Amino acid sequence: MSSKKSTDLQPQDQVPTDWPARYQALALESRHPLLKAFYQAGCVSADTPMSDVPLIAMDFETTGLDANQHSIVSVGLVPFTLKGIQLGRARHWVVRPKLPLHQTSIEIHGITHSDIDDAPDMSEILDEMFSMLNGRIPVVHYRDIERRFLDVALKWRLGEGIRFPVLDTMAIEAHLHPNRRPTRWQQWMGKKPVSIRLADSRGRYGLPHYAAHNALMDAAATAELLQAQIHHHFSPDTPIGDLWL
Amino acid sequence: MQAELIDIRNHMAQYPPFDEMPEELLDKVVESIEVEYFRAGTPILDLGDPNTWLFYIRSGAVELFRRSGELYNRVGEGDIFGQIGLLMNRKVRFPAKALEDTLTYRIPSETFQYLFENDDNFADFVEIEDHSRLRSALSRREKSNDLMTARVTRLIARKPISAPSTVRLQEAARIMTDQGVSALLLMDEEGDKPLLHGIITDRDLRTRAVTEALPSETPISDIMSEGLITIKSTAFIFEAMLTMLHNNVHHLPVMEKDEVRGVIALSDIVKYESQSSLYLVSNIYHQQNVKGLKKISRDVRDSFVRMVNEDANSHMIGSAMAGIGRSFTQRLLELGEEKLGPPPVPYCFLGLGSMARDEQLVVTDQDNAMILDDSFVPEEHDAYFLALAKFVSDGLAECGYKYCTGDIMATNPKWRQPLKVWKEYFTDWIENPKAEALLNSNIFFDLDGIHGNIRFADELKALVAERASNSQRFLTLLARNALNRTPPLGFFRTFVLEEDGQHRKTFNLKRRGTAPLSDLIRVHALACGSRAQNSFDRLSAIAKTKLIIEEDLENLQDALEFISIVRIRHQALAIEEGREPDNNVRPEDLSPFERNHLKDAFQIVSNAQKFLRFRYNAGVGRNVQ
Repeated sequence: MSSKKSTDLQPQDQVPTDWPARYQALALESRHPLLKAFYQAGCVSADTPMSDVPLIAMDFETTGLDANQHSIVSVGLVPFTLKGIQLGRARHWVVRPKLPLHQTSIEIHGITHSDIDDAPDMSEILDEMFSMLNGRIPVVHYRDIERRFLDVALKWRLGEGIRFPVLDTMAIEAHLHPNRRPTRWQQWMGKKPVSIRLADSRGRYGLPHYAAHNALMDAAATAELLQAQIHHHFSPDTPIGDLWL
Repeated sequence: MQAELIDIRNHMAQYPPFDEMPEELLDKVVESIEVEYFRAGTPILDLGDPNTWLFYIRSGAVELFRRSGELYNRVGEGDIFGQIGLLMNRKVRFPAKALEDTLTYRIPSETFQYLFENDDNFADFVEIEDHSRLRSALSRREKSNDLMTARVTRLIARKPISAPSTVRLQEAARIMTDQGVSALLLMDEEGDKPLLHGIITDRDLRTRAVTEALPSETPISDIMSEGLITIKSTAFIFEAMLTMLHNNVHHLPVMEKDEVRGVIALSDIVKYESQSSLYLVSNIYHQQNVKGLKKISRDVRDSFVRMVNEDANSHMIGSAMAGIGRSFTQRLLELGEEKLGPPPVPYCFLGLGSMARDEQLVVTDQDNAMILDDSFVPEEHDAYFLALAKFVSDGLAECGYKYCTGDIMATNPKWRQPLKVWKEYFTDWIENPKAEALLNSNIFFDLDGIHGNIRFADELKALVAERASNSQRFLTLLARNALNRTPPLGFFRTFVLEEDGQHRKTFNLKRRGTAPLSDLIRVHALACGSRAQNSFDRLSAIAKTKLIIEEDLENLQDALEFISIVRIRHQALAIEEGREPDNNVRPEDLSPFERNHLKDAFQIVSNAQKFLRFRYNAGVGRNVQ
């Protein structure tokens, strides 16, 4: 988020629109069976309407913001489509971080030392995670966290990283509110910045406030936000290629 | 269910029917849910489409429509919809559309079926709007209706805004505008705590100050309402609703001991429960002509059916319907005065019979009268009042309140008289009673001032309360008249049936049930000098005098409630099935439970009539229809 550009939808040339071809190539390149299966499950083509895309909301709680220094402590996955978010198939795991928990991150997600003492290493949940991810397009709120942390975590455990397109609800909000930081003049006139954080973004669509913060509720909240964004600013016929990053 | 979804479960656990569901079962429900978002204005269910989900509203609001496209219901957070389609043929019966941006939790039909078969509370709840619900017993009537279980304090959003009663008109208006309130309390320091003197509302400012072009320096005490109607902080919202309906006030200070906790407005209740009959009432006051009133009068029956389906009791329904009738009358009088100019002398418009008793239902005549000031000069003033009475009476007929066949209406010169004449009427009825004449004037002993100088009506009530209890002959004849109509019970507890207009064997729940009851309760109430008009209120007044033993009073109360509610449901069912509602019931239309309890209730009426005959020495009543 260092520059404004990075959170806007990127110019077309920077986005690999041909994700299906990329998946085919990666399926051949990758060695680990989990990743091979993931790429072989394929990726919808860029012209697929949003209404036909199998999606999966993904949220991680982490010990910090830097994927190279911090670890994942919990994972929430919620499979869904534009027509429905299936709560019965939602999964949540607490995993043991490689690095010690910082007091500050405990305050954010409420996962404590005793929670993670019994928790599995992420490698133990990968089978189940991938059984849910295969064939679905991940949806996140702020892709830098989920995409980078998963990549690093898999490099550590499987010896290779992962590439996939995402729908980033925060990037969509950023795109919708390009001038969200008021100028000094506007600030002086009392204009407030537009927040694109998950809870604030949801508020703009009349979505409820959730008291609990955990990877699963945040993933579900992200899924709801995407449904709302599509119905307000796009359409179920919008091709996914317009939105993925 | 994943424990992290607790937020979702907790939300549902606040609302019926999920609030009484065992935890494990609710977990199962949450697991089966699919969440779907609908933007405001988009359709959710289309008529005739397969209906395979029960919808729970997590946030937002949804409107349900009838086949005809008419609005059927408006539901919001915590409500469910789609159950009727699921119960019937899995086809959408009431199309649904998102009124606001709405997040729904969809529960699949398999889960719905499972809950329906395994959770009685759930099954009862979703059947609410099913017809079988109307056929079922009183036993599960206690819950649901939010208005009956939520306290008025829930509606208080802020501390009351007040000013000393010495402020001037302009200052009061400024305070109200600055604070964004529609009512200002006028309070003065007296001794150690402030005393509530009066209230001034937006409406007062419009009708009393602006219309009369009062100078801005007018002391507010000149136009404020005194003798305030307030409500206790422990009261239920429906009681506040009844109080507003009955007194035609739109603001109620909520009192905790002697202190004002806040003010609730009619609009607060409407917001809380958008389907409440108050919504209709507030709408009535917004209509600018008879045409507009006629248009919204079509909602009266919907409002009635909705209250029945929400398990409101007969007192609540009767009061709400009377309140609606009163509002139509009041609005018509306001419109009439706008058209004809201000009245040449003060007057009071009277509602009579069921409207005065707060026991009105949907099939009702208009019974009304006018008390004019004693300065009334027929040659000079009567043309005005006749025109006004006619305007109101015709307007009421347009709105579905049929002309009174007995011509008890203010259009009849006999019932459009100065106060002194009315006092003579009542004195004559009470002191020189004649059985036949009393039969026709019965209805005047249920009277209520609904517009204009209400004091006139109060004077008549006072006169009746004072004189009636002292005239033994009057009470005897009144009691004898009250025995004319007997409950339809044969010797062996069988129903005595009569042929109705369509040659069906029926009995009449009004003529043979509620009417004899309210007649005999009226006699006792007048004997105790009570000024109450509503039958339940009269029973409470009688209870204080020990005229009747407590157990018998309770029985009477139960009998009245039961017969009334069966009658009400019978009418609601007819409306829902598109028939014209009436009071004629066939025994086979009733559930065994209802049949049995009706027999018990009729037995109570019969016993009470025996007591009445004995108590007032009324002899044998003639068996007139």
